[in-house]
Amino acid sequence: MDLFEYQGKQYFARFGIPVSPGGFADTVDDAIREAEKAGYPVVVKAQVRVGGRGKAGGIKLAADEAEVRTHAEAILGMDIRGHTVGRLWIEHASDIAKEYYASFTLDRSAKLHLAKVSARGGVDIEQVADEDPTAIARLHIDPVDGLSEEGARRLVDEAALDEEARAGAAEILMSLYRCFVEGDADLVEINPLILTPDGRVHALDAKVSLDASAAFRHAEWGDFTGLESLDERERLAQEKGLQYVGLEGDVGVIANGAGLAMSTCDVVNQVGGRPANFLDIGGGASAEVMADALEVINTDPNVRAIFINIFGGITKGEDVANGIVQALGRVELKSPIVIRLDGTNAEEGRSILKGHESDQLVSVTTMLEAAERAVAFTRAGA
Amino acid sequence: MSIFVDKSTRVLWQGITGSQGSFYSVRNRDYGTQVVGGTNPRKAGTEVDGLPVFASVAEARSETGATASVVIVPAPFARDAVMEAAEAGMEFIVVLTEGIPAQDEAWFYNKVKRDFPASRILGPNCPGILTAGECNIGFIPAEVATAGGPVGIVSRSGTLTYQALNELSLNGIGVTTCVGIGGDPVPGTSFIDCLAAFQADDDTEAIMMFGEIGGSAEEEAAEFIAKEVTKPVVAFVAGVTAPAGKKMGHAGAIISGSKGTAKAKMDALSAAGVKVALNPTEAGDLMAEVVSNLK
Repeated sequence: MDLFEYQGKQYFARFGIPVSPGGFADTVDDAIREAEKAGYPVVVKAQVRVGGRGKAGGIKLAADEAEVRTHAEAILGMDIRGHTVGRLWIEHASDIAKEYYASFTLDRSAKLHLAKVSARGGVDIEQVADEDPTAIARLHIDPVDGLSEEGARRLVDEAALDEEARAGAAEILMSLYRCFVEGDADLVEINPLILTPDGRVHALDAKVSLDASAAFRHAEWGDFTGLESLDERERLAQEKGLQYVGLEGDVGVIANGAGLAMSTCDVVNQVGGRPANFLDIGGGASAEVMADALEVINTDPNVRAIFINIFGGITKGEDVANGIVQALGRVELKSPIVIRLDGTNAEEGRSILKGHESDQLVSVTTMLEAAERAVAFTRAGA
Repeated sequence: MSIFVDKSTRVLWQGITGSQGSFYSVRNRDYGTQVVGGTNPRKAGTEVDGLPVFASVAEARSETGATASVVIVPAPFARDAVMEAAEAGMEFIVVLTEGIPAQDEAWFYNKVKRDFPASRILGPNCPGILTAGECNIGFIPAEVATAGGPVGIVSRSGTLTYQALNELSLNGIGVTTCVGIGGDPVPGTSFIDCLAAFQADDDTEAIMMFGEIGGSAEEEAAEFIAKEVTKPVVAFVAGVTAPAGKKMGHAGAIISGSKGTAKAKMDALSAAGVKVALNPTEAGDLMAEVVSNLK
């Protein structure tokens, strides 16, 4: 769950991390109002969850009302790498002496927290890592111990931040680590972390990715929901509690289990087709869940064929087949269906499906063959 | 022979009174697993289909001699449940619970490793472990498996594991142990742990490994295979078509930037001499070929 910059800054502020005063705006008039509150000069910043905003012209300095108007008009509605700008963040422009970098994330290989600090901020950190890995100070932190003040000081020393910035930066690292752990984030990143000419250190940007699994202990995250840029398919899937990811092809995919759903998409690709989505309906494949899944697939105008791939484990083949048949009776489908049913009592299940076969409903035994049939349907309908 | 669990493993269920706990504990017992009971502090003294319910893991252990514990409590309570099992001296802790916060997982993994080095965690968010014909812990539909080896299976995905068991059975091939390590970011037991155990297990003659996008566990496994594994390995990696930045069902199945792609993992495994299949069915076929060459 990635936050917008302005949400990230609000989240940072909860943990005492200094950020610039500002406010968000969805219209040009609001932008001017927020600019007056923050005090000129201000920075007008596009709120999209994608990097490279500056290069795309989504971050502009404005000295007065006329400039805010010009920039806000230009940036609202702008497309930045496929993301349309619907909201701006207006903040008082900071004088910048130096730009640094700081982040915390989980190192999955080491199974430890990983801190990264660099004196080279304001640029893509992966690029810094490629060009000069020694420019990034790293520290593995055992989650049981947490980050010590000594560890934070060592990080700013090793990163060779300017002397006058070190105390302030170390203090921010302690707060940022708390934000990472107590705030249940997968990633917290400040780029750039700036030193002002008068010797203060603060966060000029905020990148926060929250761990959705921890939502049960963060009532305050309610403020952040509803802002995800979901398309109609994804919104319906979320409503129905389905694990769904929209893709761009024309073969709708339904499978039970994340691994099987992913490999179903892969097999469609392997035979020259393109999956329209990833959809995991989980364990049993009951009629209810199957009907929900078919409804979601139905809302996708690109879908020309549906590939249902179910492995019956504890739920026996005949129960799975009956569930599918019931679901088909409930949803009016726009596309032909290929079903591959395997696992416990697969034969019994297939014979139930046999009674419902038509030129719009085919049952086959292997994943590869099912994918081929589904892709053939998409071509026949083209 | 087998790895991690066998017919002597005595299993306790933390969360036995819940809908999944009561269903799967009884199923596992009916398969022949030594399920000795469960815990729920509010329902101590009751029974689930003849299985005694205790107030705590420590009490259950002293009453039943349990050696392994299954955690199926809701995610908010999983961290405490894992620690309770470790503190009670459980050697093997299978965490089936899905949706545990990553910060909790990272914390209890490191805490158990440091303070209770004799305990091994499997999972979280895993389907469990099956030593065919001896012991089934968790969700795996053991009826699709054939006992007797010679194949060991390790997988991040549940249904793909079942698929693999089924395909091997259809080819008349048995398994020793099948381990579902789970799809979360901090698995207690890694591919490498399982590969090392299979390499050391006399009855396992070939290894099947199912990976997926996200992280670098498959790349690390490839490195380990090149150095330490002499038994043939067949692998499949799910997620060739997965877009970057999206969690594909499992919390750990996410391509971050350009890292963790299926392609990179498949290339690393191929370079380590692993036979890499393009789909799960092909993996079954490749393994059938490998097994026929063993004889």
